Amino acid sequence: MKIVYDGSMDTVLFKDILSTTIPELLENNPDIIYLDADLMSCIGMYKYGMAHPDRAINCGIAEANMVGVAAGLALAGFKPIAHSFGIFASRRVYDQAFLSAGYGQNPITLIGSDPGVTAAYNGGTHMPFEDMALYRALPGSTVLDITDPAMLDNILRQISDRPGVKYIRVPRKTAAKVYKSGSEFEIGQAIPLRNGKDAVIFACGIMVHEAMQAAKELAQEGVDVAVVDCFTVKPLDEKTVKQYAKTTGAVVTAENHNKFGGLFSAVSEALALSCPVPIEYVAVEDSFGEVGTQPYLQERFGLTAKNIYKKVKKVLERK
Amino acid sequence: MDAQLKRELQDFAFRIRIACVEEFKALGFGHIGGSLSIVDTLAVLYGSTMKIDPKNPGWPERDKFVCSKGHAGPAVYATLALKGYFPMDWLTTLNKGGTNLPSHCDKSKTPGIDATTGSLGQGASQALGLAIGDALKGRKNRVFLMTGDGELNEGQIWETAMLASARKVDNLIWFVDNNKKQLDGLVDEIMPLGDIGAKFSAFGFHAQTIPGNDIEAIYEAIEAASNVAGKPHAIILDTVKGSGVKAIEETFDNHSITAKAEVYDGWLEALNSDYAAFKAL
Ligand SMILES: Cc1ncc(C[n+]2csc(CCOP(=O)(O)OP(=O)(O)O)c2C)c(N)n1
Repeated sequence: MKIVYDGSMDTVLFKDILSTTIPELLENNPDIIYLDADLMSCIGMYKYGMAHPDRAINCGIAEANMVGVAAGLALAGFKPIAHSFGIFASRRVYDQAFLSAGYGQNPITLIGSDPGVTAAYNGGTHMPFEDMALYRALPGSTVLDITDPAMLDNILRQISDRPGVKYIRVPRKTAAKVYKSGSEFEIGQAIPLRNGKDAVIFACGIMVHEAMQAAKELAQEGVDVAVVDCFTVKPLDEKTVKQYAKTTGAVVTAENHNKFGGLFSAVSEALALSCPVPIEYVAVEDSFGEVGTQPYLQERFGLTAKNIYKKVKKVLERK
Repeated sequence: MDAQLKRELQDFAFRIRIACVEEFKALGFGHIGGSLSIVDTLAVLYGSTMKIDPKNPGWPERDKFVCSKGHAGPAVYATLALKGYFPMDWLTTLNKGGTNLPSHCDKSKTPGIDATTGSLGQGASQALGLAIGDALKGRKNRVFLMTGDGELNEGQIWETAMLASARKVDNLIWFVDNNKKQLDGLVDEIMPLGDIGAKFSAFGFHAQTIPGNDIEAIYEAIEAASNVAGKPHAIILDTVKGSGVKAIEETFDNHSITAKAEVYDGWLEALNSDYAAFKAL
């Protein structure tokens, strides 16, 4: 894996990866099967999906049924990958994912697109700030908040071989480019992007870029902050998290999710027992989503480099 | 139907369509197809059928409208603005940060919106609860529900239908906007529904299937429903997605359209000239 971050946005869209890598997987592995709930066209899968009814099932606007059917396909020996918007792929189908897939030991992959503020114009009804919390609470699950298109591509190629329920949250547009395309990732292994001795920022998803910007700003003031990409929210890379917490003695988490049950929770849980250090968070407070552009919403909910910067200053005072 | 009233409601439908397209123009994109297809029903409901008081949107005895296909909010907002629930200039704030008019209907933000929707299927259950609750409270009002045809894919829809029928909820009038399309494409290709009216009949509804962009047919169907007691009512609207603007009707992928201001101006020009021709009649 190679880090190529320079702050610029990736010219490749997440949607481009979904619409090229998923068909490739379907072509190469007869056990993989793709399901959607009337949102194939939203990730560029409509053409392929409708032309290959044996490889892709459009379940219509019936997400709970889709996930139950995915569990049944797993029973029949398939490795289903099901997509819907993040809210529907989490809240709307949770019991089916929990019971038919999780408890029933029928491994499936769920792709929840447009997590948190990336749901932008679809507004509050479509803005999942709680999807990671829900899926973290499902025993044996995997919860990934994807950083950039290169990561998405590699994760898609390996995800179906994992047991349990896998939940991938990913925007449809793009994010800052962090990794060289073709990079390989290991689920359960966080990625240090920047070293630093004063504090560490554990970030995931779109907040990785904000964390890098905050660290750059802080560096100009002589504050030396590490940044670790914690895309693998579950399983969390506890070893790396503890190591950075120990060496820096001050932690800030940053996520496009509410403060309950996401990365802040995961990191706090990991550190509370064996390595208690001051922790601050950047996350959505106890509130519902809203409509607007992504930049407006990041500002509105404090999901910005500026806010991370402030929280680093704050945690340093508590050190 | 009274000829004078018919003309008034047709006039109202034109004004709703124009305000609705203006609203999308201010944003540049949005769910225009499924908004336009329900306009004629909105014109009949808000122009004549519903007992409402725009100055008192919280009046408990009022008739209620639940737009379960919450993405058609912009059409409802245009209607509400024209009825005086809030200033017309709010319409240009559609979907902008801090707006009272979000992409999907939200009762906590918009005066006159009776239920929060956007997750398809959920408005149906809420409308049923509202209808049962209003009746239990001894109110004489009715609850009007609008769902899409694609929305009928949701199991929750049929759970609602069963309970409505089991409890003989006859103060519920349920419209289905059968515009033959859902998000990915044609309903017939994605999840064929067969005879929707027959399905509702089989579930115990008093069901009618009518030309759904026809003011008179909608008005008469509501009248007919009013004369049948002891059953919930379904009115299946045979509609065209994008109805009223030919260029949008003829665009296959018209669920959500992004267009330049000039394109919107072209649509508005067509609408305005149709409206002028109607007035000159
Ligand atoms: C539960 C749920 N799943 C998916 C969506 C995304 N979505 C919004 S509109 C739409 C298609 C709706 O089709 P239809 O009910 O026929 O509405 P219309 O064609 O009248 O716009 C979809 C899938 C949603 N809003 N809610």
